Amino acid sequence: MIGRASTGRSPLLAVYATLVFVFIYSPILVLIVYSFNRDGVGGFPPRNLTVDWYAQLFADGAIWDSVVNSLVVAAGAVALALTLGLLAALALDRAEFPGKGLFRRLVLLPLILPGIITGLSLLMFASLAKIPLSLATVLLGHGTALISVATTEIFAGLQKLDRAQEEASLDLGATPWQTFWRVTLPNLRLSLLAAGLLIFTLSMDEIAVTFFLIGRDNTLPLEIWGRLRRGITPEINAISTLIFAVSVLLIVVWYRIRTRSIGSEAQQLLENPLEVE
Amino acid sequence: MYSRSYKSLVSLPPLLWVGLFLFLPYALMFAHSLWIVRDGVLFHQWTFENYRKLFANPVYLEVLWRTVRIAASVTFCSILLSYPLAYYLSFHARARKELLYQLVIVPLWVSYLVRGYAWKTILGSDGVLNGFLRYLHITHAPVSFLLYSPFAVVLTLTHIYTPFVFLPVYASLEHIPRYLVEASQDLGAGPLATFRRVVLPLSLPGLLAGATFAFVLSLGDFLAPLLVGGSSSTMIANIVQSLFGAAYDWPLGAAISVCILLLVVALLFLTERLEKRWAFR
Repeated sequence: MIGRASTGRSPLLAVYATLVFVFIYSPILVLIVYSFNRDGVGGFPPRNLTVDWYAQLFADGAIWDSVVNSLVVAAGAVALALTLGLLAALALDRAEFPGKGLFRRLVLLPLILPGIITGLSLLMFASLAKIPLSLATVLLGHGTALISVATTEIFAGLQKLDRAQEEASLDLGATPWQTFWRVTLPNLRLSLLAAGLLIFTLSMDEIAVTFFLIGRDNTLPLEIWGRLRRGITPEINAISTLIFAVSVLLIVVWYRIRTRSIGSEAQQLLENPLEVE
Repeated sequence: MYSRSYKSLVSLPPLLWVGLFLFLPYALMFAHSLWIVRDGVLFHQWTFENYRKLFANPVYLEVLWRTVRIAASVTFCSILLSYPLAYYLSFHARARKELLYQLVIVPLWVSYLVRGYAWKTILGSDGVLNGFLRYLHITHAPVSFLLYSPFAVVLTLTHIYTPFVFLPVYASLEHIPRYLVEASQDLGAGPLATFRRVVLPLSLPGLLAGATFAFVLSLGDFLAPLLVGGSSSTMIANIVQSLFGAAYDWPLGAAISVCILLLVVALLFLTERLEKRWAFR
């Protein structure tokens, strides 16, 4: 249905939209180009292209240690936030308990509050409970703050889930435990995957909460942050370019998974129209 | 259909976890704001002294006012950039719509730090922009006010939050039934009148959600001022951060945090009510 409303031409608007895209992408482009610039992060035009900064980056032990730390924290945060987020979403969807409204708001709070508030609150908690700051406190902070993301994604998935399937499973003699593993969870796999990917990305990039919970070992963003305060070389452009490339790769992977699973559902519908729904 | 034990099994662990690791820490923030530090030692003594100090000192109020101004500018600029973009995508982009949509989303996944750093290398006195201007012989001496100014903070945060504002605005524009727009045109309204009286009012809830997000997150930002802002654009969260660091006055820092928290919660409450009132029925 293409009405007149969607066919109007407006060259001015198209130019404006193009300019906004230029604004959004030019800093990223500059970053990438100057990662190959021998003469430093500024100046114009970039000349004497080189891959030396990448060579220097690959030989930089501290950066790769921090990458490993970030991966460990992100993996832990994904596990923690997904587990608790799944339970929280099920609780919000299916259980009644006093303070449910408060619970929902509280879970979502870290998503909308500036990170510094959540970070400092957890710092005060750690200090009062005499928990020494380390990667474990960072993991705990990320995992807890990102329950919000897991809960929102999985709750949306639960809303689309057909409860008749679960009822059928229970009626046919499956235990609630079997029903959960064989019916509920497989139906939520796309939401779980989406939430996991998002939590992973957010944790890899997190600074505001990490800033206050970090011990001796740095995560990647804090390692970069520390170097920014000391004077900068295109080595930082090089690592930023790699981060950008990995982010884009993750998005592509995510879209492939999503379109494939939508595709397989459509296929199933065509083959056995009576079995779906 | 779910048994009692199922219900308590799914609700108890997250309730306990969130109670212990979110509710308690946030409550501790309030408690700290009512305690006091004397000679570098924390006393668990209940007092409103920190809040009195806060409101008696014009420096804090001045920084808070600057922070609100910066956050408001960021919100305004993000809307200015993302609303027309979302409108273009929703109403004019046709076949390229999906691709362009993805192109706006990609930067959302790109590190905050990476984008902040990119602006630092562009705006510096020997940065890319100054090099470019000199190369074109537009300027001869480096323009130094670009970096380390409130302008740089607003620019960087606008770059970061424009896609955030775009998302809900685009979603609300996509939800507008096209027959309403056509009806308005059939009844003789010009494009501008149709926009002002049909499209804009129906997209207000999305606009509000995006604007709230940009405002709240800029309000509590302390990284952009450190990265590109310099001392002339110290924001309220920088004060909090220094009180928790070198200045060692956690209670005073907590009192400022509580003020930020209350401001944010009040704003969320307000926008939630407005969104309900403006929602399309």
